Amino acid sequence: MTDIALTAPAVAPATATPSLTKTSRRARRLAYLQAAPMALVFLVFFIVPLALTLMVSFWEYNEYEIIPAFTVQNYIDVFDGCLSTSDPCTTLRTYLSTLKFCFLTWVFTLGIGFTVAYFLAFHVRSPRTQMVLFLICTIPFWTSNVIRMISWIPLLGRNGLVNDTLRGLGIIDRPIEGLLYSDFSVVLAFVHLNTVFMIVPIFNSMARIDRSLLEAAYDAGASGWQTLWNIVVPLTKPGIAIGSIFVITLVMGDFVTVGLMGGQQIASVGKVIQVQMSSLQFPAAAANAVVLLGAVMLMIVAMTRLIDLRKEL
Amino acid sequence: MDVELIRLTKRYGGTAAVDGIDLKIRSGDYCCLLGPSGCGKTTTLRMIGGHETVTSGDVVIGPRAVGDAAPSERGTAMMFQSYALFPHLNCRDNVAFSLKMRGIGKAERRTKAMAMLDLVQMSHLAERLPAQLSGGQQQRVALARALVTGPKVLLLDEPLSALDPFLRVRMRTELKRIQKELGLTFIHVTHSQEEAMALSDLAVVMNGGRIEQAGTPRDVFERPASAFVAKFIGGHNIIALPGEAPIAVRADRMRLGAQAGAAARPARIVSVEYQGSTVHVGLEADGMSEAGPLTAILDDDAFAANPVALGETVPLGWDAEAAHRLSA
Repeated sequence: MTDIALTAPAVAPATATPSLTKTSRRARRLAYLQAAPMALVFLVFFIVPLALTLMVSFWEYNEYEIIPAFTVQNYIDVFDGCLSTSDPCTTLRTYLSTLKFCFLTWVFTLGIGFTVAYFLAFHVRSPRTQMVLFLICTIPFWTSNVIRMISWIPLLGRNGLVNDTLRGLGIIDRPIEGLLYSDFSVVLAFVHLNTVFMIVPIFNSMARIDRSLLEAAYDAGASGWQTLWNIVVPLTKPGIAIGSIFVITLVMGDFVTVGLMGGQQIASVGKVIQVQMSSLQFPAAAANAVVLLGAVMLMIVAMTRLIDLRKEL
Repeated sequence: MDVELIRLTKRYGGTAAVDGIDLKIRSGDYCCLLGPSGCGKTTTLRMIGGHETVTSGDVVIGPRAVGDAAPSERGTAMMFQSYALFPHLNCRDNVAFSLKMRGIGKAERRTKAMAMLDLVQMSHLAERLPAQLSGGQQQRVALARALVTGPKVLLLDEPLSALDPFLRVRMRTELKRIQKELGLTFIHVTHSQEEAMALSDLAVVMNGGRIEQAGTPRDVFERPASAFVAKFIGGHNIIALPGEAPIAVRADRMRLGAQAGAAARPARIVSVEYQGSTVHVGLEADGMSEAGPLTAILDDDAFAANPVALGETVPLGWDAEAAHRLSA
């Protein structure tokens, strides 16, 4: 759509006679018209809610009402006590905890996603098998997020399958406590939920690598690892970046997984917002949401600094 | 270095892509593997380069049989049909790639890469990415990349097919110059007989996984071994007179009218094409040829002296010593 809008003016100068100029102007209007539905959808479902959130974040509130006004108190509350170096404030600690999950999830999804995508793209020869295996990767998505998470509970619980089996085999004599409602279970669920978002874009990047490049590398005496590191990884960077953006934004904003798998005991930024919402502190929640949005955007900007995504796409 | 193929065979399932070929290429020769698509020429090249496993038989490069050794251990380098330049590396790093893989330091490999780019006259564009180069420039970089490790044998897979006709002729000259300058053995796969004629010391015509004929271009053109070779390299008429073995006669040795000689037969003229220095005359004669009309290439002076017109029937013969008996 943007293509049409961009090329139409470029055509215009070539047309000399007035009647032709009129047609080109009409073509341009038509291009805007064609772009309008998408723009409308963006406006209603993206710009307006975002603007509303931003607006509400400056409102005042007390125990029983929300007052349309302008105050930065909500933001001050978010960063309350964050300047003291001895004891990090709640917000900072919450962000650190969320960032930790983010990083761990990113590392594991990237590792697994890259490996699976590599296998699919380079080791599976027939496109049909590729398709079948690809669909198998998406099977977990045929059911809801929450159900997928809950299904870990009978497996990892105190008297769950893992503990029972280990005890039955005599490997342990007391159940391992940390399996469920711990950092471990949260990361496990995150990885389970999000790996496919890494696989798809990385596979897409890999599928576009010309196979003759790998032969050329082999011809130049590169070993398998050298080819992987010097050819495959650099050419897969756009896919890695897109997958990373998916995973990071999903984990940063999550509250369900951390809640369910953390036994409601682990803090996360999304959880803070959710708690404030449920106690009807909308302005505070909105301020937190804006800060979170800013943080995530910074991370994405940093990533796109490393890789010029537009060029790669 | 000498390259020798001994009963070299490649089978995919039941079908033989290359069917037990023997060939000896002398060191420093420019060898062209010539044939229609699917004749096994590219598979042969890839087996020489170590990019395809050998079903049976052997490739001998210099003193040793290379078996299934990796390309870098064979002393060969390959130039790929689509150039296969690494899109994320600039020209210099593309050329320096194999040196980097060998663990050669940055300064040294850059110096060597620049020297190679100099050889192909591309050093002024060393910082460019492949996508910023024209087809001909990419080709030069690919050539520099293949040559940088000092291979003894360079393998070229249809290197000129992606270029426009003008550039193709220029790069052809360039390839020949570099080959002579470095004294390397070049093995060049092509489906263009013109390219093979222009470049090769040894032209190898392949068909159906077998070698139909191997020899100097002149040999192949003067004495095609089979009807296939005569047809494929062009410029020949295959004449099958009733009760006689088929013969090949070069189109420019065909004679019309008074010069046609005693054995002449009547032929109807179906086309006359003026080509500048020559005139191509298409003829149909009953019982002389099975496949399509015959062609006579006449000198433009000779044609002007005795012009013929479309639809005329003229006596058609050929120089007796130009007739070449075919095996099949």
